[in-house]
Amino acid sequence: MYDFDLVLPASVAEAAAAMKADGAQALGGGQTLLPTMKQRLASPEVLVNLSGLSELVGVSSASGTLSVGGATTHAQVASEASDFPGLADLANHIGDPAVRNRGTIGGSLANNDPAACYPAGALGAGATIVTDKREISADDFFVDLFETALEEGEIVTGVNFPIPDVSNYQKFVQPASRFALVGVFVARFGSTVRVAVTGASNGGVFRWSDAEAALSKDFSADAVNGLAIAADDLIADLHGSAEYRAHLIGVLTRRAVQAAS
Amino acid sequence: MPKITMNINGRDMSAEVENRTLLATMLREKLHLKGTHVGCDTSQCGACVVHVNGKAVKSCTIFASELDGATVDTIEGQANTDGSLNVIQQAFQDHHGLQCGFCTPGMVMSAAALLKDNPKPSEAEVREYLEGNICRCTGYQGIVNAIMAASGQDVPSVAAE
Amino acid sequence: MPDGGIGAPTKRREDTRFLTGRGKYTDDITPQNTSYCAFARSQVANGKINSIDTSQATKMPGVLAAFTGEDFVEVGSNPAGWLINSRDGEPMKEPKRPVLAHGKVRHVGDAYAAVVAETLEQAMDAVEAIEADIDELDAVVDMASAVADPGTLVHDEIETNICFDWGWIEDNRAATDEAIKNAPHVTTLELVNNRLVPNALEPRASIGEYDPGTGDYKLTTTSQNPHLSRLLVSAFVLGIPENKLTVLAPDVGGGFGSKIYHYGEEALVLAAAKKLGRPVKWTATRTESFLSDAHGRDHVTKIELACEKDGSFIAFRTETLANVGAYLSNFSTATPTFLHGTLMAGNYTVPNVYVNVKAVFTNTAPVDAYRGAGRPEATFSLERVIDKCARELGIDPVEIRRKNFIKKDQYPFATAAGLEYDSGDYDALMDGLEKVADFAGFEARRAASAKEGKLRGLGINSYVEACGIAPSNLVGILGARVGLYDAATVRVNPTGNISVMVGAHSHGQGHETAFPQIVADMLGVDAQTVDIVHGDTSKIPFGMGTYGSRSLAVCGSAVFRATEKVIRKATLIAAHMLEDSPENIEFSDGVFAIKGTNKTVGFGDVALKAYIPHDYPIDAIEPGLEETAFYDPANFTYPSGAYASEVEVDPETGKVTVCSMVALDDFGVVVNPMIVTGQVEGGLAQGIGQALLENGVYDENGQLLSGSFMDYAMPRADDLPSFVVDHSNETRCTHNPIGSKGCGEAGAIGSPPTIVNAVVDALARGGHDVDHIDMPVSPSRVWAAMNP
Repeated sequence: MYDFDLVLPASVAEAAAAMKADGAQALGGGQTLLPTMKQRLASPEVLVNLSGLSELVGVSSASGTLSVGGATTHAQVASEASDFPGLADLANHIGDPAVRNRGTIGGSLANNDPAACYPAGALGAGATIVTDKREISADDFFVDLFETALEEGEIVTGVNFPIPDVSNYQKFVQPASRFALVGVFVARFGSTVRVAVTGASNGGVFRWSDAEAALSKDFSADAVNGLAIAADDLIADLHGSAEYRAHLIGVLTRRAVQAAS
Repeated sequence: MPKITMNINGRDMSAEVENRTLLATMLREKLHLKGTHVGCDTSQCGACVVHVNGKAVKSCTIFASELDGATVDTIEGQANTDGSLNVIQQAFQDHHGLQCGFCTPGMVMSAAALLKDNPKPSEAEVREYLEGNICRCTGYQGIVNAIMAASGQDVPSVAAE
Repeated sequence: MPDGGIGAPTKRREDTRFLTGRGKYTDDITPQNTSYCAFARSQVANGKINSIDTSQATKMPGVLAAFTGEDFVEVGSNPAGWLINSRDGEPMKEPKRPVLAHGKVRHVGDAYAAVVAETLEQAMDAVEAIEADIDELDAVVDMASAVADPGTLVHDEIETNICFDWGWIEDNRAATDEAIKNAPHVTTLELVNNRLVPNALEPRASIGEYDPGTGDYKLTTTSQNPHLSRLLVSAFVLGIPENKLTVLAPDVGGGFGSKIYHYGEEALVLAAAKKLGRPVKWTATRTESFLSDAHGRDHVTKIELACEKDGSFIAFRTETLANVGAYLSNFSTATPTFLHGTLMAGNYTVPNVYVNVKAVFTNTAPVDAYRGAGRPEATFSLERVIDKCARELGIDPVEIRRKNFIKKDQYPFATAAGLEYDSGDYDALMDGLEKVADFAGFEARRAASAKEGKLRGLGINSYVEACGIAPSNLVGILGARVGLYDAATVRVNPTGNISVMVGAHSHGQGHETAFPQIVADMLGVDAQTVDIVHGDTSKIPFGMGTYGSRSLAVCGSAVFRATEKVIRKATLIAAHMLEDSPENIEFSDGVFAIKGTNKTVGFGDVALKAYIPHDYPIDAIEPGLEETAFYDPANFTYPSGAYASEVEVDPETGKVTVCSMVALDDFGVVVNPMIVTGQVEGGLAQGIGQALLENGVYDENGQLLSGSFMDYAMPRADDLPSFVVDHSNETRCTHNPIGSKGCGEAGAIGSPPTIVNAVVDALARGGHDVDHIDMPVSPSRVWAAMNP
């Protein structure tokens, strides 16, 4: 690992100031960044540690919105997001217990790994990502593989999730990494349904609009039957072909609808 | 280099570290606590699990320099004060929960974290909790039995007294 | 039997240090003034080295020295330990394997330079400053094309990618061909035995030390066999006299075969330590382990089974391409041949067997013995084709096996593959399996699974393997360049406690607990008074180490023989003390007595007398009580087993869940049943891993796609069921003194075909016409097979 300067800010304002430095990068729980740095595949010159900022930690719920601080760990979301059980359950199956004790929601969303779980939760729930500068809707946030709408130096300070009437996340694990080979998050708000898919696409997390339309008319597993998703732009690797992933998207969507609560 | 002080296994310990020094590296190379092992570079094998401020974390995936003032528990601090094996350690011996011993420190620390939160886990809960700890020797059977036994539940005995 | 003797499930004494963080593994050791080594490794699978410039690297902060292949052109080569002759009598092709790549790099991860610096990070920084001018060449990856189209060569100087083309038994070839041609039924199956990466949890590590004052070298390293490593470094690679080199293998965090071999990094740290006059340490990252440890398996096989319509076997014939990777690792030529072809008769009385193996060089990491080494490949091919044959003929898979089993009154049995099995009772194992695995209740469980929308299948398997390697005279005839005996010294100390120095090395097997049980049993002493010394060539007799499930059967037998010698000498001393002739002395439970009298002397008093020989017939009996035995087995040992597994297949996703795994094994006499159970369970996990999860995959350019724990899937606790393990069906090994056969690899041999048989059974019962799925039987492959 290359060495770097470490900034331990006392406030978001201090963090934002530190992020102005050349080569600065925010450090959340580090559960993805550190392995990347160990392999010398990333070489930030300055790391701005957000995980110590208490103002970025916490889960609260009011008027149909669940707000999660950007530096809140997966473990804390899993245990405290009881008003949004679909999200709590998603958080409770990220990585493993030790990873969940360090990894943060802000870090996960800012990294936008194409096989990560949180992007599916945020996009599926139609969340709003709050930064030190603005609010970005999830529909605009996830741009491409490992690419988001965040600007240089911008910090994810929190995420506001509209709490769906029912929701569920189905994760089919890649057996080595335990990331999602395919993950599908389904959320119903009244008669509107959102379906977000992770793990499957070369372009990162995406919404399956055909399924959303069908489920908005008829929120049942059968409504998805017969819908197919094109394999063309899906990931093919040693764990599964594009066709297999396309098939799994359908299976997992049906299961998520069935399990939604 | 910053000087970092942590309370480790009940004692304040300090070391000068680079920013890039991992907690596992500080424990092993600066403080000579070699019981914490490093078995991979992708934060998956779990041989390096320790407790930071009471929570299980992978010490190979956290910078020491983030942890000034933290409380850290490692395998070296797990035995009873008279030096005898604690309940979990003893159960690992009684149920043949280790072979080469390399994953063992992380397994014991993960087991301790599990039983703190869930004193009577089911076998399925034990297996699921160990998702982040790889053992290549035991097939996990002895480990699962040991953790069940340590939680006071009945499992077949395998070792003689 | 005293407490803690043979047969007791004694708790492991080594656990105390491992459970308290006091184990001492190679990377835990940092001698004073240690420097650190990092390697520059090839990014390309095949490349011509034009130049390697280390001048910038050596100017980097903290750098002490840099090495390239040029520095080792004058030294020797890391050899293959076994000479295989091709069918035409020609010896195998044996290209040089240098300490650092020279002229060409031949696989991704092939080390071509090394830097030693004050700190590890400085060494790693300096490696990046090495300027390597390497022309990438086309890579040889796929074995079939490597053989068919040798336009690209891994080793230019041998003009082919085929290392050898081996026939076993060549004299049986014509008869086997004829039998298959005339057979009423022939079942053919083409299959892949997937490449595995051993992934012992402790990465390899080595520390070289040199004392300029004495000229002594010391290598501390992650080895399963320190004397073998010393022999290779001394006699073949660096030419260091053996008496000037100590090899120390301290606590080792698992091996599974991958730490048998000598690797270039070991030679490098020794040479660097001499040059710098300082200790030099290297510890692999996991990435380096993936790229440079010897991998396992990687066979492509066509197997044919010829039989009567009633399922009576007439002949087995196989054609296999076996990947040896870019260089010959030390046991790589024995693994696909004498550890594989010789087992191709399985548990059966089949009269004709012929095995053809072509070993193929490719631009991939070397492939060598990994837990089971050749026998899992043989068992998998055989037990899969038998299942397919049974299905074709409509015969129950248990019945077709029973019909062809060697019966218990037929031992010793000479198989058509050239081995003589000494003992076994395969019907008894199958009888037991039917009960323990509750075959009778399967249909009800299948129906219950069906209600949940799952397809349930039952797979069974029989195996016999050859371990306890090996009789030196036999393996010598077969091409081994070493003997395969082992050695032990039993030293009774003056006050009666005992130190036993053994050639075997324990890296999880529990020798420190099990070997004392043998000595304690024989001497009638408390096992806690017996300690084992292993892993240090300066302390132990010359033994060949631990692999091939040989520690107890071979080294344990040496311990037994040395203890017998101690008893014989102690009997002479006791006779002197009791003033009678040795023939009149009997020894039991730690007490020497004149037969038929109550005149006795205890073992401890005899030991003390041996070291205080004040009134001692020195001309008749030497002082001291210490004996060494070298034990060379008369035959292999032949553990066998019957396994069953039930799986559920999720028809929507193809995911396979292992619901049960039952293993009944015959290991002969069991010394510590707790340890044996643990060995089986670990083997089962690795075998299930091979069957369902693990896959070493290179792309067409020779890049390792599954090169980290992010992509190479190993079983976690929640991938596995609770195992049922039973080793109560003992038939003694007839030719070693303990009667033990060996248990370390059984689980990894017996479980892969069991699992695949179960998956195919589940699909067949679900109405899917699938007769084989290659391992790993991943969800995606199962789904593809169900949706052709």
